[in-house]
Amino acid sequence: MIDCDYLRPDNLEEALGLLKEHGPRATLIAGGTDVMAKIRNTKKTPEVLVSIRGLKDLKYIDKRSGYHIGALTTHRMLEQSELVKAELSALHDGASRVGSVQVRNVATLGGNICNAAPSADTAGPLLVLDALVFMEGPEGIRSVPITEFFTGTYKTVLKKDEVLTEIKIPGEMEHFGSAYWKHSRRKAMNLPILGIAVSLKLEGEIISDVRIALTVAAPTPVRANKAEDFLKGKALSDEALNEAGKIAASTECCSLRDSLRGEAWYRGEIIEVYVPRMARLAAERIAQRRSK
Amino acid sequence: MKKVSVSFTLNGNTVTAEVPVTWTLLKTLREYFELTGAKEGCGVGECGACTVILDGEAVNSCLCPIPEVEGKSVTTIEGLANEDGTLHPLQEAFLKNNGVQCGFCTSGMLMSSKALLDQNPDPTEDDIRTSIAGNFCRCTGYVQIVESIEMAAKESK
Repeated sequence: MIDCDYLRPDNLEEALGLLKEHGPRATLIAGGTDVMAKIRNTKKTPEVLVSIRGLKDLKYIDKRSGYHIGALTTHRMLEQSELVKAELSALHDGASRVGSVQVRNVATLGGNICNAAPSADTAGPLLVLDALVFMEGPEGIRSVPITEFFTGTYKTVLKKDEVLTEIKIPGEMEHFGSAYWKHSRRKAMNLPILGIAVSLKLEGEIISDVRIALTVAAPTPVRANKAEDFLKGKALSDEALNEAGKIAASTECCSLRDSLRGEAWYRGEIIEVYVPRMARLAAERIAQRRSK
Repeated sequence: MKKVSVSFTLNGNTVTAEVPVTWTLLKTLREYFELTGAKEGCGVGECGACTVILDGEAVNSCLCPIPEVEGKSVTTIEGLANEDGTLHPLQEAFLKNNGVQCGFCTSGMLMSSKALLDQNPDPTEDDIRTSIAGNFCRCTGYVQIVESIEMAAKESK
């Protein structure tokens, strides 16, 4: 870092005031694991850093008419939450696989999605959990579904003068089982070659509702709508799940590309294999919860 | 260059640092306090050589802006042994099990495993491996390191 102002507002109101005052010169920083690494890697320091790390009011996991997760909730809190593990399992899978313990102790859920990397490990889980993203700015509070939050690689609908405050997951997600698979070469400390998240609801053996999300499969994390439409109303069978995997891997659902971490053909195979596996795991988790 | 005055608890002592506002906790430890136990490996939170304990949790000090440390408590490798010089059970165990090879990762390994044992005195091997997944040992002496932490956990009981 060369030189900058480092401001630490005490509350959200003050933070919003500082963002307004400094306009495009300001950059928000929370846990800092993305912002600090970027400063170091690019050797460019924002003129003003507005740190919201001290806003303890934005650090919570609550269940009341839905699940409310404060933007500053750390990945470690999600990893250690029994509620998240049992009822929002895909988010638990994703948060537990980000970086290391050291990173998860400070990196925040809000930061992970604001950074908007195509590989963000919480993005797929939030997509299959129907998350709503709440933002506060000079014009008040607004919310968008997570499906509309990402607008491009490292781009979101969040405006420069807004702060992401909460992620809300609807209460009906309680009836879904969910799972996320981060496909990577090592067990820790790397980015996914591909991420697959599935949530589903069962009525007997029939899949009455389902969501499938893919990360590193397009410029932004995406839902595989065509594969979902195919699966809805079908029995949970290998045949149906394998076909859904094929549809998810096709150009109807994603735009796979070659990169250093993996080639497009390989990513496609992984989707075909892991959509069925994650659907099975999601279904198993429903059964596990019922047996408790 | 804009400076900031930051007061915090460092290895049990109240301290104040006057450093450029853009410094990290790691840089402050090494260059202001001359505590060079925490190392800079990658500088971007990947290698864990800079691990210290901040308010009870292991963090990468290279990613921590110094203003964030105001009022907090920091423990570094220099604060691990007792004041009379007797070593922490983890340090003893690393010595006994050859948990140290070149030594560059060692202070980070010790701080990550101390944070683990403070929170979970009876960890499984899996817990241990997870706790040091963010600490790279390029001598690849992981087996001895895991054995060291297991021994320290047993002997601390």
